[in-house]
Amino acid sequence: MRREVPLAITFITGFLLIIGFFIPHDPIGGLQSMFLQWYAIIAGFTMVLGLMTLTRIHTRRIVKRTQGFGYSVILIGAMLGTLVVGFYSGIKYKGLFELGTPFMWYYNNILVPLSATMFSLLAFFIASAAYRAFRARTIEATLLLIAGVLVMIGRVPVGNLIWNKLPIIAEWIMNIPQLAAKRGILIGVALGMIATSLRIILGIERTYLK
Amino acid sequence: MAEIIGIWVAAFLTLCIFSFLYKDNPLYKFAEHLYVGSSAAYMLVYFYFFNIKPMLIDKFIAETGLARWILIIPTFLGVIMLLRIHPKIGWISRWSIAFTMGIGAGIGIVAGIHGYILPQTKATFLPLFIKGDLIQSANNIILVVGVLTTFLFFYFSKEHKGLLKPPVKIGMAFIMVSFGASFGYTVMARLSLLIGRIYFLLHNWLHLI
Repeated sequence: MRREVPLAITFITGFLLIIGFFIPHDPIGGLQSMFLQWYAIIAGFTMVLGLMTLTRIHTRRIVKRTQGFGYSVILIGAMLGTLVVGFYSGIKYKGLFELGTPFMWYYNNILVPLSATMFSLLAFFIASAAYRAFRARTIEATLLLIAGVLVMIGRVPVGNLIWNKLPIIAEWIMNIPQLAAKRGILIGVALGMIATSLRIILGIERTYLK
Repeated sequence: MAEIIGIWVAAFLTLCIFSFLYKDNPLYKFAEHLYVGSSAAYMLVYFYFFNIKPMLIDKFIAETGLARWILIIPTFLGVIMLLRIHPKIGWISRWSIAFTMGIGAGIGIVAGIHGYILPQTKATFLPLFIKGDLIQSANNIILVVGVLTTFLFFYFSKEHKGLLKPPVKIGMAFIMVSFGASFGYTVMARLSLLIGRIYFLLHNWLHLI
């Protein structure tokens, strides 16, 4: 019961999704689109689960007064604040992202700066990582270094000032050798994805049941 | 007024995160925890208004008969997903996980074939010689050789020795160029974000430029 039912559910839903692609007519096509909607609904509930887990972890920290519990207070406060502002804006105004809603203010002045700055910080760390990784010790490492440097220089105005062919070379690297390897990797990834999906549908891969 | 407060808040948070460049400090930790809490709740709000509300609540109100009551199934699967945090009855959540895994696997097969394998293979069937256009011919040859050798590099059923060694080496070279180019591309994307943040501080906040 604890294993058989989930295995049967996985088999039926997975199989129906594949069949639905080849027979897009009712009732299979209808069932397929209904299952996809259900999938989106359940995905919404998983967000609730994520929030519940996060709240539980940080509430425990606050209750036990562990070191840095004040940050947990900030996290839970931010979470509750976003929820209140989000639901208030979503219910009171026509849409969540309507201009002038409190949620849009929150989104533009808190979420966007935080996420953009957090990712921009990576520019510094990626540069120090490059210093360590880009050492022309072997032919492969040299190729990595040359391709990286050419793409970086070729994509900024100073590259064009140094030599007007640099942007063309950078573009060529992106469109030909980079694309070739990426295409090979993508096909490989897709084959792996299909093999894993088949293993899941047929019940060979069961690690998700643990 | 709200706009001015917003700019000051955004500038303060930007500086809090940039302070990490000096060292890990309470201001950075404050911004970090604020970011985690806000983005987690943002995702829930987003999923509620774009998934749960239109697909479940609004539909339940609008529909009649079987189309209405069948919505109890995804609600049930969603609710039992929440039981995962309970150690004794957490096993029931496997039903909804199994459902999402089944859908994901089904989509994986269809998307793998139609989204990746077929279009990528089709795009690789290129003419290796184009009369009067040597550059395009050379590019096409490089592209085809690159795809095939990269593919061979990931073929592990046979040891990369003998006849297989030279093409695998070429494949490795292509992969390295690709990684280098992707790295450069990522660096540029991060730098443009950095420029955006610095521009925000100097232009929107301090009005210096």
